[in-house]
Amino acid sequence: MLSQQAIISLLTKMGDDALIIGHRNSEWTGLGPIMEEDIAFSSMAQDKIGHAWALYRVMQEHLGGQDPDQFAFMRAEKEMRSCHFVELPIGEYDFSLMRHFLFDHAEAVRYESLENTAFEPLQPFAKKFKGEIKYHLLHADEWVLQLSRGSEESYARMQQALLHCMPLALGIFETSKAHEQTLIDEKIYPGEQALQARWLDRIYPVLSKAGLNLPGIESFTPVYGGREGYHTAYLQPLLDEMSSVFKLDPTATW
Amino acid sequence: MLNESLDPRVNRLKLGHEGEVVTIVEGENWNAYEVFHQEKRGAHHEHVGSVQAPSAELALVFAKEQFARRKRCVNLWVVRSADILAFDVEDEDMFATNLEKTYRDASGFKVMEKINKFKGKK
Repeated sequence: MLSQQAIISLLTKMGDDALIIGHRNSEWTGLGPIMEEDIAFSSMAQDKIGHAWALYRVMQEHLGGQDPDQFAFMRAEKEMRSCHFVELPIGEYDFSLMRHFLFDHAEAVRYESLENTAFEPLQPFAKKFKGEIKYHLLHADEWVLQLSRGSEESYARMQQALLHCMPLALGIFETSKAHEQTLIDEKIYPGEQALQARWLDRIYPVLSKAGLNLPGIESFTPVYGGREGYHTAYLQPLLDEMSSVFKLDPTATW
Repeated sequence: MLNESLDPRVNRLKLGHEGEVVTIVEGENWNAYEVFHQEKRGAHHEHVGSVQAPSAELALVFAKEQFARRKRCVNLWVVRSADILAFDVEDEDMFATNLEKTYRDASGFKVMEKINKFKGKK
């Protein structure tokens, strides 16, 4: 018998990350740099919301969780398990793109590691999301290369965005104090430390191809807290806006 | 006065007065790419439209969003519009007499008559 609480903690943080970054990235809709990119970025944001819904649904079906909509829109800020990285406002396009690049590479290694998870209901989703994430990475990698080779200004912005994002991105891999070892022992997933190492192996070749300089990882202080329920001041306003329509009538059917 | 559009993308172009000469900085303008869509493996790639992009790779990304998001698709081609060689519009007269050359139509051969004649002999 697998430890249900541990699995719930894993799925909740994954779902919350996807939900929040999906909402954030959707804020670019109508404001993207050009129409094609606007549509591409919005479409990928929708994929993220889809991932969140699927994970919440797995919890409902297999772990006695709530209805996915209720779980997404009715929880208090303190109960959210998203990392700080995904909560930050969209800022300028360099930041949003760099976040998209770093976050989606982290998702890619995470879902790959879940293809053979001991928690079997998750396996089909890990495989199903593979194609979508592969496409997200194609988009992200190409933009990082394009802008790093664009002009002096675009290169400087990408380099600056990378340094700004790194401590936050490392926060994706914050371990759960209560459940991390259980999840590893029960072969649910290989653990945050292993994923972080794989993630670095993935982003490094793209960054070096782009000519961006990534200092040694030990020089950054990871931004933790989100997985324990401590969030940035940006999360509550986002939750208010995201759930404003839902809360008009939480029992409505759509 | 600048062009006042509700679309931020138009405003970002910093268009000047009407009639003012616009100078294009190298690398500022993107290329147009023609998009060809393949519905199933082995089928022809069919031309479906075009996208603007800074590189062929991003043209593929944009093409996927514009032309392969809803309907079935297994592959896409993109090719720089400038790399397509086409006839000039005024050379249309080269094709003008095609319709008169009915002897080139496969339907011009009246084989059924011969077949029936052959069958009748038996």
